[in-house]
Amino acid sequence: MKRILALILVAGAFIISGCGSGVETSTDTSNGQVAGTTLRVLTHDSFDLTPEVLAAFEEQTGITVELIAGGDAVAMVNQAILTSGNPVADVLFGIDDNQLSTAREEGLFEPYVAVDRDRIRADVAVPAGDIVTPVDLGDVCVNFDRTWFAERGVAPPSGLEDLADPAYAGLLVVQNPATSSPGLAFLLATVAAFGDGYGDFWQQLTDNGVVVSDGWEEAYYGEFSGGSGEGQRPLVVSYATSPPAEVFYSESYAADLAAGTLPAEAPTGVVPGTCFRQVEYAGVLAGASNPAGAQLFINFLLSDSVQSDIPLTMFVNPVRSGVALPEVFERYAGSPGEVWSLPAQQINAARTNWVEEWRRIVLG
Amino acid sequence: MALGLVALPVAFVGLLLLWPLAVVVDRALRPEGMLDLTPFADVAADPSLWGVIWFTTWQALLSTLLTLVLALPAAWLFARNRFVGRNVLWAALVVPFVLPTVVVAAAFTSGPSAAVAPRGTLWAVLLAHAFLNYAVVVRIVGVAWADLGDRFASAAAVLGAGRWQVARRVTAPLLAPSIVASASVVYLFSFTSFGVVLLLGGSRLRTIEVEIYERVRQLDLGTAAVLAISQVVLVVGLVWVAGRWAQRWSVALRPSDPSPSRRVSGARRGATVLAVVSMLLVIGLPLLTLVVRSIWGPDGWTWSYWSALDERRGVLQAAPLVALMNSLAVGALAAVIAMVVGGLAVAGIVTLERSGPAWRVARPAAFDALLMLPLGASAVTVGLGLLLAFGRPPIDLRSTVVLVPMAQALVALPFVIRVLLPATRAVQLSMRESAAVLGASPWSVARHIDLPLLARPIAIAGGFAFAVALGEFGATLVVARPNLPTLPLTVARLLGQPGEINRGQAMAVATLLMIVTVGVVLTVDQLRGGLRD
Repeated sequence: MKRILALILVAGAFIISGCGSGVETSTDTSNGQVAGTTLRVLTHDSFDLTPEVLAAFEEQTGITVELIAGGDAVAMVNQAILTSGNPVADVLFGIDDNQLSTAREEGLFEPYVAVDRDRIRADVAVPAGDIVTPVDLGDVCVNFDRTWFAERGVAPPSGLEDLADPAYAGLLVVQNPATSSPGLAFLLATVAAFGDGYGDFWQQLTDNGVVVSDGWEEAYYGEFSGGSGEGQRPLVVSYATSPPAEVFYSESYAADLAAGTLPAEAPTGVVPGTCFRQVEYAGVLAGASNPAGAQLFINFLLSDSVQSDIPLTMFVNPVRSGVALPEVFERYAGSPGEVWSLPAQQINAARTNWVEEWRRIVLG
Repeated sequence: MALGLVALPVAFVGLLLLWPLAVVVDRALRPEGMLDLTPFADVAADPSLWGVIWFTTWQALLSTLLTLVLALPAAWLFARNRFVGRNVLWAALVVPFVLPTVVVAAAFTSGPSAAVAPRGTLWAVLLAHAFLNYAVVVRIVGVAWADLGDRFASAAAVLGAGRWQVARRVTAPLLAPSIVASASVVYLFSFTSFGVVLLLGGSRLRTIEVEIYERVRQLDLGTAAVLAISQVVLVVGLVWVAGRWAQRWSVALRPSDPSPSRRVSGARRGATVLAVVSMLLVIGLPLLTLVVRSIWGPDGWTWSYWSALDERRGVLQAAPLVALMNSLAVGALAAVIAMVVGGLAVAGIVTLERSGPAWRVARPAAFDALLMLPLGASAVTVGLGLLLAFGRPPIDLRSTVVLVPMAQALVALPFVIRVLLPATRAVQLSMRESAAVLGASPWSVARHIDLPLLARPIAIAGGFAFAVALGEFGATLVVARPNLPTLPLTVARLLGQPGEINRGQAMAVATLLMIVTVGVVLTVDQLRGGLRD
């Protein structure tokens, strides 16, 4: 009991002291009005920043940040849409192209041009009217189990079409797009790749024994055989950053890093040509009670300190150009080949139909 | 007086459940300020939705029957026998209850039970429901059985009744109220089952709640609201019927009869072995799988997942041990709220039942049904309703820390009532009346007669309430919640990223949750909630 109490005290002291280790942000600290205010930030459950980075923002601006977790990305944005005009928070982080058009129609966001807007990578577009600001990007890709294929002397698939090849029958696990964000992203990848033929492709996948799981956790940990997965199937829909995460979160990483004996490659790899790009945005919620603080927070999200922090906290890529990636990222991230994407308006118009059609074909 | 007692519980359920539900229904069916009933017609015309409603109903029935079949031998075992480890096992029964659904699903998909009932089959869902609800039947019926004593059975035997006749004419009727009470909780739990069906149903098996969840995700509030209404109607109907049965069958007993439990011997051995084996298979095996996975890494046995629980690293927002303290604090608060509200409700219902023929059946049963709604109403819809209903001045309660224990207490309330109500009914009226005639005030009757006689059920109810809160059942109600890391949330975060350490540590944290639960429930049991020896 004493030990636990001591722990809490230490943890508390650590957070409070914040140890602002020379973190520079582009926030305008001369704006004295926000000091002493509270800023509510609505995020999905996977949002993560190193506590010291967040503490530095609070120290510089005098703002107290209150994080509100709203479930996964879809659930979180739905909450914001349903409370539009009377929001639960001041700023929202984690909306992607899937729901951007709906958010625009509902007038969810107050446009804001971020201070470092022109530092955003050239291949990432800022949505029209600056209603939201890109913060990070990640690719949803099919991952494969290197050991499984190597042991059997079989070449891993080299593109989307291969997944329907009988040579790979019964090997792929996907998530239900009605309940899972990566599941939806992979469905969108097939729509982007095959157009109207996506239904035929899913029919072929179904005939080829595709396994459907409701969420990423069950698919990856329960069905997938590679890395930390404990299942039997060597192909799963996950992220392009899952292979580096496997190395980074392996039991021996710290020891290997110190001894210089890191593995030559990750236990898992990315199947090229199967990736769908997801850009995550942040925006000031319309009707926010602390809009000035919300704007500062958006600038903060684009700052060097946050952009270089997110690769190893959320396992996503920074959108700010010139931000150095951690070595484990550079070294183990697979090359995604051609990356698919779809315009937000098109997704918004047809998403429900695609999911319905998918359900009819795959679940019968 | 009696109405005053039920006023707080009714207000509690009304404010936190009925009002939010009504707000969602209003928003869904009056989108432009005009009543629009087309969603009803749409649902009625959709055969796949009828299929979902039908499946929900019969799978809940099968789950309840399976749970009773598996759990009743164990209830007998605990009630009538003494054996090594009895107290710890009695407490451990509650563990499945508090484990995050993801962990339960993992135990079922990767453990030995995967061979019997693979994911996506009806058996997987039924077995998981039995696993989760086992404690409800064993603990509620077990206590009633232990309190029954041997005297009725012995009297019947002296009068010439055979074994079978005693079981059928004496024991079964006396146990009926507690069996009905526990079965109705199991039924509601399975009826509104969400996580288990989502994770083990393989996307093809869908309950009403899963369907509501998917509709809400597509912002199809109309269909979601109609489904939520039908769910409530079905649940209220069921609880009302079950309530009338339980009331009709309840028999006043003195629960402090000399204990009959004895050492396992002779003819009872066969039955005992059967009960122990069923318990180990249903509860022990999945839990053991979990423990093993927390100490088994790619290179064999390891303590590394356990050794770092006091550190905040990578994906975590707080060290798991800090999350543990948060869980305990929120859980205790929720349990206290649930016990106070539930205790008042039970006192009110029983007083109403005894206060005259006009009140005897209909009204108390109605209160009873209303107070069971937290288990039967759509958590997804109510959660949405809390978000929509509590956002207006004077107070914006959404996303405040207050809502979390309140929502958990709301879900724990039906358990408290189901445990306390049959026990309170069984307190003999004559004892209370004698005390009153002898000049005892109502307060003193409660203190000197009711409370001592009800000490055990109260501890049992408290243990359940705490377990429900620790397992964060109510948390699903609070859609936007402040960032207060608890043990179940820690597990979820760990399992949200790939990697050996994350998976192993998730198993270690789940095992920690399990150990803490046994510890807390064991302590509560020692306060009077255990079985007598």
